[in-house]
Amino acid sequence: MDEKEHRGFRVTRRTVLESGTVTAAFMLGGFPRLALAGEASDAETAISPINVELQVNGALHRLTLDPRTTLLDALREHLALTGSKKGCDHGQCGACTVLLDGRRINSCLTLAAMHDGQSITTIEGLAESEALHPLQAAFVEHDGFQCGYCTSGQICSAMGMLSESRAGAPSYVTENLVEAPPALTDAEIRERMSGNICRCAAYPNIVAAIKQAAGAPT
Amino acid sequence: MKAFTYERANSLAEAASGSSKPGAKIIAGGTNLLDLMKLQVETPNHLVDINRLPLDKIEDTPEGGLRIGAMVRNSDLAADLRVRRRYGVLSRALLSGASAQLRNKATTGGNLLQRTRCYYFYDITKPCNKRDPGSGCAAIGGFNRIHAILGASDQCIAVNPSDMAVALRALDAQVETVNADNATRAIPIAEFHRLPGMTPQIETTLKQGEVITAVNLPPPPPGKHIYRKVRDRASYAFALVSVAAVVDAAGGRIRSARLAFGGLAPKPWRVAQAEERLVGAPATEETFSAVASDVLSGARGFGGNNFKILLTRRTLRAVLTEASVT
Repeated sequence: MDEKEHRGFRVTRRTVLESGTVTAAFMLGGFPRLALAGEASDAETAISPINVELQVNGALHRLTLDPRTTLLDALREHLALTGSKKGCDHGQCGACTVLLDGRRINSCLTLAAMHDGQSITTIEGLAESEALHPLQAAFVEHDGFQCGYCTSGQICSAMGMLSESRAGAPSYVTENLVEAPPALTDAEIRERMSGNICRCAAYPNIVAAIKQAAGAPT
Repeated sequence: MKAFTYERANSLAEAASGSSKPGAKIIAGGTNLLDLMKLQVETPNHLVDINRLPLDKIEDTPEGGLRIGAMVRNSDLAADLRVRRRYGVLSRALLSGASAQLRNKATTGGNLLQRTRCYYFYDITKPCNKRDPGSGCAAIGGFNRIHAILGASDQCIAVNPSDMAVALRALDAQVETVNADNATRAIPIAEFHRLPGMTPQIETTLKQGEVITAVNLPPPPPGKHIYRKVRDRASYAFALVSVAAVVDAAGGRIRSARLAFGGLAPKPWRVAQAEERLVGAPATEETFSAVASDVLSGARGFGGNNFKILLTRRTLRAVLTEASVT
């Protein structure tokens, strides 16, 4: 990658390609990366950047962003947290899944500006120093991936799913909506994880990993 | 994405006045709007964020129904114990839609305003009267497997993609709104979505600057609640045909029934004649067949979606059979 560092301000070839023309750049809390501007066709519309505070994995970050910046792009491009992946960028694949105040969402389909003051947990925030989170360890143990591109989304999604399940939330395959929360059978796990696609089709191992982490017999 | 200015509304009045400006849009969950903005199908010049407004409560009403705030997330609505106990058809419909991540974001008001998933509406290189009025309809004569067999026009054959709205139609919900003049109104769900006619770009009876504040559910009708959704994969797909049913049956007879259909039309579809036929009728194949004919009165395929006519008959028969087993 053609990358230059100038006093904390970094422009990459990709940034330039994505932005068309770089008309402004901001130095942001130690994580410098650009960019207002957007497409050349927008040049006539001067849009002022907005200030956003995000609590990400326990650390507060103050960002100044183009209003168009999605939460995913804020994490990846402005905070250098590249664990959350951009797969489809349309909410269809789940690779960008993060936890917003503990609930799983697609970070590609929301604007960073909408989450001022809120708390985000990404895959980078799960492990305790060198100790993997039980879900991460279970994915390793059960080989719940091949290429690994969907994995951070799968694990963050599974985090959210397990807390939904513990809170008694039903799913579409839950037989009885009113009775006690259903056991996490394979069918329940598959339905509840259907927002995460794995093109390597590691699904059986993903289900086994989640079952183990949930404390259920595998 | 085209550039826009962003404003966070701190009150309903701010939301209504902010969204009254030409080209302005309200953003709630954003799951459909941002998707469309990335493709430049939607190009608002101003976004009014209503996520901080206190519209996220589900309250019991004096009439014995529920009042659902416009910002109640689809996942919270589906999981609410009152909804699960008394409005099972709504809970099931919500759980059948999208993915868990999307349901955690998507709101009650936003779900009502989501746009069609017609491929040509999404593709800005193709003609589409809904996106670009007067440009034509590429779905008529094109790939139209997912398109409407009822309520379509020569201008547009797109379907409304919502599952939630189909259940709300069966439950006779009302949509509460407020505008910049602080005038409120309650729109029956049957009148909320419009048929395309000559103006497929106008999908609802909501006015610019009118903000959805809540959805009101009357007391639940008696009977078994069923939401049956037929789709191309078992999860995370839009309906080809769906049926929201609340059917009261006993001793091999139907006492009353409400039936609303998704995947068939530009709005959740309901046919009074079909429901009237079921009142007091024996739960037999003959009855169900006649009811299906009532529902499908005027149905027309466009080639790729002809199968929906038979699929609707079979899905309805399955639902009514399940409902009348007591």
